[in-house]
Amino acid sequence: MRSLPVLTIVIGVLVLAGCGKKPTTVPDGAASTASGESETGTATGEGQVGEGRELPGASGAAGGGPSGVANVIYFDFDRSDIRPEYASLINSHAKFLAGSSGVKIRVEGHTDERGSREYNIALAERRAQAVRRALMLQGAGDAQLTTVSYGEERPSTAGSDESAYEKNRRVELVYGR
Amino acid sequence: MNFRRALIALLVVGLLPFNPAGAQLTVQILKGMAESVPIAIVPLAWDGAGPPPYDVAATVHADLERSGRFRPLARAQLVDQPHAASEVDVADWRMLKIDYVLVGRLSALPDGRYEIRYELVSVANGERLLGTAVPVDPKALKRASHRVSDAVYERILGVRGAFATRIAYVAVEGPVNKRSYRLIVSDADGANERIVFGSPDPIMSPAWSPDGRSLAYVSFHSGLSAVYVQTLATGAQVQVSAKSGINGAPAFSPDGSQMALALSRRDGNVDVYVLTLASQELKRITDDPSIDTEPAWAPDGRSLYFTSDRAGGPQVYQVGVEPGARARRVTFEGGYNARPRPSPDGRQLAVVTLDRGAYRIAVVDAKQGGLQVLSNGQQDESPSFAPNGADILYTSRVSGRDMLAIVSSDGRIQQQVAASAGELREAAWSPFLN
Repeated sequence: MRSLPVLTIVIGVLVLAGCGKKPTTVPDGAASTASGESETGTATGEGQVGEGRELPGASGAAGGGPSGVANVIYFDFDRSDIRPEYASLINSHAKFLAGSSGVKIRVEGHTDERGSREYNIALAERRAQAVRRALMLQGAGDAQLTTVSYGEERPSTAGSDESAYEKNRRVELVYGR
Repeated sequence: MNFRRALIALLVVGLLPFNPAGAQLTVQILKGMAESVPIAIVPLAWDGAGPPPYDVAATVHADLERSGRFRPLARAQLVDQPHAASEVDVADWRMLKIDYVLVGRLSALPDGRYEIRYELVSVANGERLLGTAVPVDPKALKRASHRVSDAVYERILGVRGAFATRIAYVAVEGPVNKRSYRLIVSDADGANERIVFGSPDPIMSPAWSPDGRSLAYVSFHSGLSAVYVQTLATGAQVQVSAKSGINGAPAFSPDGSQMALALSRRDGNVDVYVLTLASQELKRITDDPSIDTEPAWAPDGRSLYFTSDRAGGPQVYQVGVEPGARARRVTFEGGYNARPRPSPDGRQLAVVTLDRGAYRIAVVDAKQGGLQVLSNGQQDESPSFAPNGADILYTSRVSGRDMLAIVSSDGRIQQQVAASAGELREAAWSPFLN
């Protein structure tokens, strides 16, 4: 997960690499960070504490979504269908997004390390798209969702055994990015 | 394979004063050819003031030994040190069971350059097989030495040598939550490392332009995947594809004017496209609800090989680049064949295959589809042919760590390239460089 110092390093590296041309901004608005997030901080009632508001650039994984709901969906080997046990998790996020139209999330797809890298990018994209479609079917707006596939490039767990693999075959819902 | 028995040589390549990657590369021959060619490489005479500026013979010795196809005589065992073909006494070398002798001189030229003069002699009949003199800029002595290796390799084996080429690869360091990625180019022997691009976000899929002057690759540094082309001499980086969804698997066409890519666009359906670089015109090549990715051009530039799971698991297909072409399935053996890379003559494809529970490198007959497994790791991937077709560079995961490995395209020679720190992966062998 990226933080402000990391962003600084990206820029530093670009400068060090002597790039003649800065990479242009990627279309589809994925770079927007904090535009709608104040809505997540709206107080929900007398005496209650609202949803924590993400500071710009901070990791959204721990906050910004429906409270008390996990944000990772795990998959079977070489599969992209969502297991029934994740229906309520996806429903909670979809409802939250439907009720906060200014909130945007990144749907990040991942695979385990086995097999060909670009094929895994495609497989992880398929997982991310499966989750995106499920969120949209339950009320999330297309414009709220950006998918990105990391394939096997960003494991959550180091290791070359099934216990690591099953944690790495996943889609993460990242708020505030 | 019994590693201890098969380990015939161990050598360390390039103790570099400038080592920006922070990773010392070592090349280890795991399996050599029993019939490797015995050769004597005599240190060159030096005609000039002071110490010789470069040890040409040492580089040739290391190159030929590392190829696994030659058995150079240790320098201490040279019975004689002739410097011209006319000085070679074949009877002496015959007693040492040496088949070839390489001799030569290094001279300082009046214009500040050097001249490498070398001759190759066959011990069997005393015939002079090579006799060449090349002028060399002072900074190019190492490259010129690799070219001597290329010439000796070709004269004896009948295949052009690929020692004076380069490799590009991705180096990864750090724990899973704080990785750093660097795209690196080095000489084929691992020396002269240069960082092309670095990022805390993933870098993937480096691919050489056919002229060897640029690299295409995938980087996530913008937050999403995008394909970039970077000119090595200037460092200039141009973004060539940053569409919604996946931008992956770039491959330059043989004439360099086009690039095949895998894109998923907005709907998430990964297909193969061809982008004309000058006009940015994008042509869809496959249109199938399955995953179609990892395109590679046939050497004639008229068709693409790619990976598709349209029949269930991933298999290799071929499709013409003309409109309306139908894809033909190429691989049928086994349940997983991916990431095709054609040999320079187009007759074979290197692929990743699932072989008895392990991902390994195999070659497939491009016409008949017959498959031969070459590597013996558990997680081998990303094959890349040397420009002479003799060897295949790939990534092998050993003890949880990616390192580079090389296997000859007949499977008889295996080498491992390890970094002292971090992991190395996704190596791409350059074309021949002029």
